[in-house]
Amino acid sequence: MDYFFIGTSLLKIVAMIFVVILPMVSYAVYAERRVSALIQDRLGPNRVGPAGLLQPIADAAKFLLKEDFTPATVNTFYYWLAPCLAMIPAILTIAVVPFGSTLFGVPMVIADINVGILYVFAIASLGVYGIVLGGWASNSKYPFLGGIRSSSQMISYELSLGLAVIPVFMLVGNLRLTSVVQYQIDHGWLIAPFIGDWSNGAKWALAIPMIISFAVFLVAIFAETNRLPFDLPEAEQELAGGYHTEYSSMKFALFFLGEYAAMISGSAIVVTLFLGGWHFPGIPDGSHGWIFGLINIAVFFAKVAAIILFMMWVRWTLPRFRWDQLMRLGWLFFFEIALVNIFLVAIILGYFHF
Amino acid sequence: MAITVPRPNLNWRERLYLPAIAAGLAITIKHFGNMIFRRTKVTMEYPEEKWDPNLPDHYRGAPALVRDADGRVRCVACQLCEFICPPRAIKIIPGEISRKDRFAKVEKYPDEFDIDMVRCIYCGMCEEVCPEQAIFLRKDYAITGFTREEMVHHKDKLLEIGGVMHGVVLKWNTKK
Repeated sequence: MDYFFIGTSLLKIVAMIFVVILPMVSYAVYAERRVSALIQDRLGPNRVGPAGLLQPIADAAKFLLKEDFTPATVNTFYYWLAPCLAMIPAILTIAVVPFGSTLFGVPMVIADINVGILYVFAIASLGVYGIVLGGWASNSKYPFLGGIRSSSQMISYELSLGLAVIPVFMLVGNLRLTSVVQYQIDHGWLIAPFIGDWSNGAKWALAIPMIISFAVFLVAIFAETNRLPFDLPEAEQELAGGYHTEYSSMKFALFFLGEYAAMISGSAIVVTLFLGGWHFPGIPDGSHGWIFGLINIAVFFAKVAAIILFMMWVRWTLPRFRWDQLMRLGWLFFFEIALVNIFLVAIILGYFHF
Repeated sequence: MAITVPRPNLNWRERLYLPAIAAGLAITIKHFGNMIFRRTKVTMEYPEEKWDPNLPDHYRGAPALVRDADGRVRCVACQLCEFICPPRAIKIIPGEISRKDRFAKVEKYPDEFDIDMVRCIYCGMCEEVCPEQAIFLRKDYAITGFTREEMVHHKDKLLEIGGVMHGVVLKWNTKK
């Protein structure tokens, strides 16, 4: 038994969940409220603590103290299961993401498995069960409609999600997420693969499909995490909140936080695949000293925060799609674009003999 | 008969929607930036920032009783305000001024003067109807309390809000 490995892994898991993900989720909610307020020329929550920074704690206390009401007509087992299923996959996805280089010689990834991205898709697609079960078990019209919308939306956009990352792995030749990051350190970030190799025309040609791939993947992540403009499952105006209409107290909070956790894990995947992971030009990795290891982790989470802020920015700009528009966009545009993009990358790779 | 609403014909650039999305994102980030750099005027943060110095002179806040320059309660307990008050918020119990008093000619004074601030609608009719100019609407607007009893302003509270009023009609002082 490798006790060192088990010990460090446990430490990483606990630190990741309780020091990084959960605080980040609650402060993402706070940031969402502040950013939306600032965009709409308001101030947002600024009463609890300095600049309202203790607001997430007050929210958590409120959620815990509220009455946990279970309607009489629900299917109790699935009704209780659904919030857990909404939260768990989002957190599990983080396991394979390299969130730093090394710290004291320990690699900063919880599970460096060689099927990295397949694991991500396998777990992330479980997230739909939480929503579908929540909608179905509530035994109510609006949650039911929300659940149906959610299932079709998530399944549709998983296609373009999967197809959009294929070019990345054609280039890297490995499904392991740490090798994707290593490739980007050697050859420049994948949204700009020409960095460090400015005179190479082939790399410039490669940047075009990579940016398309990035855009499609980002939009698909928006749809997967039910963010506006794709938030049809929980459209407040149409469905009175969608799949979590019948939920209250901490069960509602789990749905709510699960959405933000999914945002964080989705952003982490985007950062790892396209934005160079923990790499920042000019900063060495953790083998040069523990301070660089910490800086690498900070760089990674700064990038994740930037993507999340971008998601908020988009949310408070664009209106919601209509249902048929959403399906048309997913099946007739993003699916095709992603498919053609794969061939484009294949042609470029074959023509220039990478 | 069904009415067909004509759809606008969009050219390929408009149907791409990307320029429109970019323009929208630019607008929101502009608002965001203006808020960050405090160039946007926003709502006053009420308990810390108040607009009190800017309240207009005709502002109608809590009604209050006033004393005159001699320190006498100007109210003569005629009960006109009690009569006119639309929500019947005012209750007056008149008392008699003794013959030996300096102001014996006034004859009556309010023994009890209660205004129920839960009922008061700040209409200002009491001020308008008062022949003695004894009741005024002041600029106090934050009238709060934990019980209904606390929300009743008694005579001393009303006088405390009102203070002394100079420079208005003092018809009793010039008589006799």
